Amino acid sequence: MHIDAAYWTFFFRWLHIMSGVMWIGLLWYFNFVQTPSMPKIPDAEKPAITKVIAPTALFWFRWGAMSTIITGIIEAYLNGYLADAYSLGLTNHSIQATRIGFGMWLGTIMWFNVWVLIWPNQKKVLGIVQVGPDEKKKAARIAALASRTNTMLSIPMLYAMASASHLPM
Amino acid sequence: MKNPLDSLRSTVVLGFVLTVVMVLIINAMYS
Repeated sequence: MHIDAAYWTFFFRWLHIMSGVMWIGLLWYFNFVQTPSMPKIPDAEKPAITKVIAPTALFWFRWGAMSTIITGIIEAYLNGYLADAYSLGLTNHSIQATRIGFGMWLGTIMWFNVWVLIWPNQKKVLGIVQVGPDEKKKAARIAALASRTNTMLSIPMLYAMASASHLPM
Repeated sequence: MKNPLDSLRSTVVLGFVLTVVMVLIINAMYS
């Protein structure tokens, strides 16, 4: 093993996968565990989630997302397919570039959903930012739909990315 | 009309449907 250019492409893939696990693990926690559980929790006990667990989970969730996209873009650049992938392989007619490109576009949309839709609105929902009850309700709706959208997109995203390296032509 | 994203089950089903659609699109691009 040599610490050469090829090694660094793997190194950033490792960081990218770990970041992705942090991000998607918490995304699926929110959607499969927390949200369905909230109606079953007595109102007096809900602050355990809203004041303690959710803010901590959201911290690692949003920074996991940030780390995933940054390490992913670095990895794509170091591997030389950044432009071809974002062009969905139409520039170099490579099915690998198309596959990873679909994954990258889905991931980019998901990152946008986290930082532009989910986090700003969750700050209002959790009272980190003070707003009136109508705006809070609207914010909750936007955050919920964005989070469900990301849950939905995570499925093809993981297929696309895994198939780029692991599905024979 | 009900929003499918209001149901976790529909959300997941749609995710798999989108995956199939994506695979068909990629197949068509390289056929």
